Amino acid sequence: MKTITDIQNEIIENFELFDGDMESILFYLMDLGKKLPAMPEVHKTEDYLVKGCQSKVWLFPNFVDGKVFLEADSNTEITKGLVYLLVTIWGNQTPNDILNSELFFIEKIGMSRMIGSQRSNGFVSMIKQIKLYALAYNSKNN
Amino acid sequence: MAQKLDITSIRNQFPILHQEVNGKPLIYFDNAATTQKPQSVIDALIKYYSHDNANIHRAAHTLAARSTDMFEDTRKTIQTFINTKEVEECIFTKGVTESINLVAQSWGRKFLNAGDEVIITTMEHHSNIVPWQMICEEKNAILKVIPINDAGELLMEEYDKMLSSKTKMVACVWVSNALGTINPVKEIIEKAHAVGAKVLLDGAQACSHLEVDVQDLDCDFLAISSHKLYGPTGVGVLYGKRELLEAMPPYQGGGEMIKEVSFDKTTYNEIPYKFEAGTPNIGDVIAFKYALDFINEIGKENIEKHENELLKHCVDGLEQINKSPNHQIIQLIGTAKEKVSVQSFIINGMHHFDAGMMLDAKGIAVRTGHHCTQPLMSYLGVDGTIRASFSVYNTLEEVDVFLEAVKKLVVLTAKHTK
Repeated sequence: MKTITDIQNEIIENFELFDGDMESILFYLMDLGKKLPAMPEVHKTEDYLVKGCQSKVWLFPNFVDGKVFLEADSNTEITKGLVYLLVTIWGNQTPNDILNSELFFIEKIGMSRMIGSQRSNGFVSMIKQIKLYALAYNSKNN
Repeated sequence: MAQKLDITSIRNQFPILHQEVNGKPLIYFDNAATTQKPQSVIDALIKYYSHDNANIHRAAHTLAARSTDMFEDTRKTIQTFINTKEVEECIFTKGVTESINLVAQSWGRKFLNAGDEVIITTMEHHSNIVPWQMICEEKNAILKVIPINDAGELLMEEYDKMLSSKTKMVACVWVSNALGTINPVKEIIEKAHAVGAKVLLDGAQACSHLEVDVQDLDCDFLAISSHKLYGPTGVGVLYGKRELLEAMPPYQGGGEMIKEVSFDKTTYNEIPYKFEAGTPNIGDVIAFKYALDFINEIGKENIEKHENELLKHCVDGLEQINKSPNHQIIQLIGTAKEKVSVQSFIINGMHHFDAGMMLDAKGIAVRTGHHCTQPLMSYLGVDGTIRASFSVYNTLEEVDVFLEAVKKLVVLTAKHTK
């Protein structure tokens, strides 16, 4: 089973092919977003909406056999691509592994502005929200 | 008569413009958010902190005298720039937001009573909504909003109906930051005065594009930000008529604003100092003068002409893209007859955030989102727009690159939404 670090390194390797060309990176992210499994409409409610100034993210966690599984969607294509990557990295992992992990891929693929101090997107809130779910799951089980 | 400008030599005064973003030459079309600064402004800041820094209005030493003179020089320059009767009617603030809060808190606390009415417009920036909501709530006063038509113009007949002896303040944006609409402020002021109301103009967007003459307009207050006028951030001006400023209580207490202080009683300083508590943003105020000099040197009329050419080129280009079959997905937001060089639009089928990121990848800086005008956006039924706003240093060639990039996004979106 691949670790969170392994998956991030694979992603970074894929993005290195674009040699820093931002337009190609964004197109690729938009394509990745299309691979995100459709989120059931019943879960796309206000309760599971992570609000951002510009882009919204819906996030629904499932806990099965001690692992976290994520359903997610976004109203903007680029964020959706990043959400896909995040679901690939953190989905099917234990809460402890999620809580102890560092997300270094975002900066390495040239998208650090998405996690900077800009209050503009739901992606940052999504990262925090997943960690909160992992924490809640842990404390419930301890 | 307006003159043709030498844009290359103007651009050469702005070091920031000569850089690449994402491997492409920077095209800066976010001027409604903030303008870039000419070298003279940057040099003035360096010179001030290298040679002249001292606190103003107090000490007897040479540096303090020099700083004070330069600080007050900016006040004289802004007096001429907006043509106030007296220099003391110009108060330095942090910017438009603080200027409006100052009036809402100081004038509003003293002169607003329960049942009084304050009128604003649908196209206000949050900074001309929230301060009035706060004081209206405190005073049990009523906030009324002038509606607009689909082009983004005020419905003046609705304004007429709202005015009454209960109206105490009309706080109105002169030029809309999101739509570019130039509001008929002279008519608004005359009508407000006819019922005995005061008028505050939010001049954030107007002052860099239009001639400003507060005596001719006869507005009671005007709020200005330096950073939208090629000057530093953190500096603004509140113009107010002397009799109003004198009748208003201080906004903040502290140094500078006092005449005498004892533990029993404090007497306040004269205007403008009564409203300038604490050490002001001296360096930036001093540099602001150089920004005003830059504008005066080129001439507002010439700036306006050039910017209008850019706007027309952009609007024509966007409409042209919309003419080609299958690509009719651009929707212009804000099509008022009287406008400054701001164009908002949406691409149906593409989120404005994605469009902003894609344009940035080509080195083009535009603003996307609600532009701090959420009530306006919800009135228009959109959650945000793409906004291109032009300034004196922008070129027709830059607009062409922008239009080409927008066209690419439109083709891409049209293909995916088929």
